[in-house]
Amino acid sequence: MTMNAILQVLVLFIVLLALAKPLGWYMARVYEGKPFVLDRLFGPVERAMYRLSGVRPADEMNWKSYAVAMLLFNVAGFLFLYGLQRLQGLLPLNPVNLGAVAPDLAFNTAVSFVTNTNWQAYGGETTLSYMTQMLGMTVQNFVSAATGMSVLVALIRGLSRSTSTTLGNFWSDMVRSTLYILLPLALLVSVLLVSQGVVQTLRPYQMAMPLQAIGYGKAMADPNSQGVLDEQGNQKTGPVVVSEQVLAMGPAASQIAIKQLGTNGGGFFNANSAHPYENPTPLSNFLEALAILLIPAALCYTFGLMVGDTRQGWAICAAMMILLLSLIPLGLWAEQRDNPLLAPAGVDQQVEAGLSGENMEGKELRFGITQSVLWSAVTTAASNGSVNSTHDSYSPLGGLVPLFLMQCGEVVFGGVGSGLYGMIVFVIIAVFVSGLMVGRTPEYLGKKIEPYEMKMAALLILIMPIIVLGFTALAISTDTGRSSILNPGPQGFSEVLYAYTSQGNNNGSAFAGLAANTPFYNLTGGLAMLISRFWLAIPILALAGSLARKKLVPPGPGTLPTDTPLFVVLLIGVVVMVGALTFLPSLALGPIVEELMMRG
Amino acid sequence: MKDQLRPALTMLLLLTVLTGLVYPLTVTGLAQVFFPDQAKGSVIVREGKVIGSKLIGQYFDKPEYFWSRPSATSPFPYNAAASGGSNLGPTNPALIAAVKARAAVLRAADPGNDLPVPVDLVTSSGSGLDPHISPASALYQIRRVARVRKLDEAVMRDLVAQHTQGRQLGVLGEPRVNVLLLNLALDERR
Repeated sequence: MTMNAILQVLVLFIVLLALAKPLGWYMARVYEGKPFVLDRLFGPVERAMYRLSGVRPADEMNWKSYAVAMLLFNVAGFLFLYGLQRLQGLLPLNPVNLGAVAPDLAFNTAVSFVTNTNWQAYGGETTLSYMTQMLGMTVQNFVSAATGMSVLVALIRGLSRSTSTTLGNFWSDMVRSTLYILLPLALLVSVLLVSQGVVQTLRPYQMAMPLQAIGYGKAMADPNSQGVLDEQGNQKTGPVVVSEQVLAMGPAASQIAIKQLGTNGGGFFNANSAHPYENPTPLSNFLEALAILLIPAALCYTFGLMVGDTRQGWAICAAMMILLLSLIPLGLWAEQRDNPLLAPAGVDQQVEAGLSGENMEGKELRFGITQSVLWSAVTTAASNGSVNSTHDSYSPLGGLVPLFLMQCGEVVFGGVGSGLYGMIVFVIIAVFVSGLMVGRTPEYLGKKIEPYEMKMAALLILIMPIIVLGFTALAISTDTGRSSILNPGPQGFSEVLYAYTSQGNNNGSAFAGLAANTPFYNLTGGLAMLISRFWLAIPILALAGSLARKKLVPPGPGTLPTDTPLFVVLLIGVVVMVGALTFLPSLALGPIVEELMMRG
Repeated sequence: MKDQLRPALTMLLLLTVLTGLVYPLTVTGLAQVFFPDQAKGSVIVREGKVIGSKLIGQYFDKPEYFWSRPSATSPFPYNAAASGGSNLGPTNPALIAAVKARAAVLRAADPGNDLPVPVDLVTSSGSGLDPHISPASALYQIRRVARVRKLDEAVMRDLVAQHTQGRQLGVLGEPRVNVLLLNLALDERR
């Protein structure tokens, strides 16, 4: 690891911590309905929205109504997004006349954006019109994030209220998350990104006359679009000269700002955040990586404020930070080792002046190894899933880092809202485990943890591995599943494992060699995303409802303090044990065996 | 459940208008006012014609130009309407073979240059549109370009140095050379 790499990691996390507290404080005010400057601007909009939709924000909901409202809103969003993709050919703002998206792909993509996963089985610039990107993708980037934040706030209220049957009003939590938190931040970040060169225009794709024309062999086809074969049965090609460069454009900055802030991750372009129009400079890369972690980190502080003890929030934040910071060096080390298989080609892989070194396949030069690896860890720790380098081309251990971060259950910062509510489940398990050790009734923040809470918590940590490993096994044991694999050997298995790990945790990043745009992967992946989002969110709300009904009991001498370094260690232990015990065998079959084969 | 149906539909409609229309159009407006060039793709115009973008790489294989990194876009390299990487894994024989072949082409274009080939010059980028090469890769190609253009290597070194960008703010990213801008500067020397 170079000095500069250490410096770049430190700068990111110092800036993150400095911003987490003020933003966390502001968000707590928003959810507690206390006014702040932005009320003047957005207050009338907020009240008009309630009036038009017949919502009385002061009407509190019990957990079931809260869940029903959340589900109905998401179903409506899904149907709208599906319809929009199917009809985009007939709608305006479609400068290159892209046709309707195929049904299985439209299903997968709609689920993907509604569940805050943003798995991309499509290629942005070749599949989606500007209209679909704006009215569909950008909107769900906001509201799927707001949904996660609302569910989290309901859970926090469940923890902080005593003998209450209600958890707040879903509509008001969702609207306030969007209006007062996501929108202003997104406006700020998108303008900063445009300053670095991210495109933001409604003009059609730009034609350019490059310095040098490109000659290449184009696959020949007969009038029925069937490939023409030569005598040996190979595809026949004819020489073609390309003397134009078509620069794909679009309203990208506005979508990219919210795709990072809302831990969505679906790219405007196919290459996602590796594309120079999405992420043009090292500074834009820094801003986007910061935006990914910003809200999840700040929510820890919001949580602390709302339960009346900021140390509780910092303890959780510390556990997340330690988990992430301990995995980044492994990734950096793995990607800066020589690939022994390239040595015979006489390739210089040293890290030296003027050369960032090592595994540059799939990485952008402006980011080099450091910003690429840092991003791969950040984007999989938070359930963002945007990529600034192709993870499939990482060295085996370099690829293991993002894979394992997702397998921890997306609780290391995780998705906005969903990461922290996932982590609170792990806290409950940690409290329970330590309660067993000392033989006392476990309690957390003055709430007794009883069989019902443990059932919900156990349900939550069991569902994810079952979908991830179950679908991986299904894909790997069928010809349909295997036929999508690009890379031979254990890497091929890793591609499939990564795909379901990513979708089963609502992350959305990919080992993109896998040809995922097939009916099999679109449908199974869509199911994995649906289950992991809603079969988690609903038990969380049930848990919140049950906790809210309990009395708050003052801490006694037998209460385990949950704001100490000891508890942070315990919490990390529980997350790693559950993740590692569940997934180590599958990791051994993929990246670990590949590493052993590569270095012989 | 029924009483939640109206808010669900109305809220979706209102938020679609707000975040799907008002928000992107506001950003577009702000972008046009404050950063009009960047918003429209940082294009380079010469003699009234758009010849490319500062941010998007172009393909070069003529010996008198500096070459960009390999590109895995389909169906031809540096296709800026279909970005993407090779996704080849580190042990994939196809990757090893491609790297060997690219190194061989570079050596054949400059016989007698026995410097090791910098790794970025034989590996494709994630976007397939990487506008940069490392300073080491630019230095590696100086001999060839100088010979074909009959220029002094020292002049070329100066030119490369002028086009080398350091880390942004001194810390972020990597030092790099923009290939298109460097080649443009070469052409404009004549």
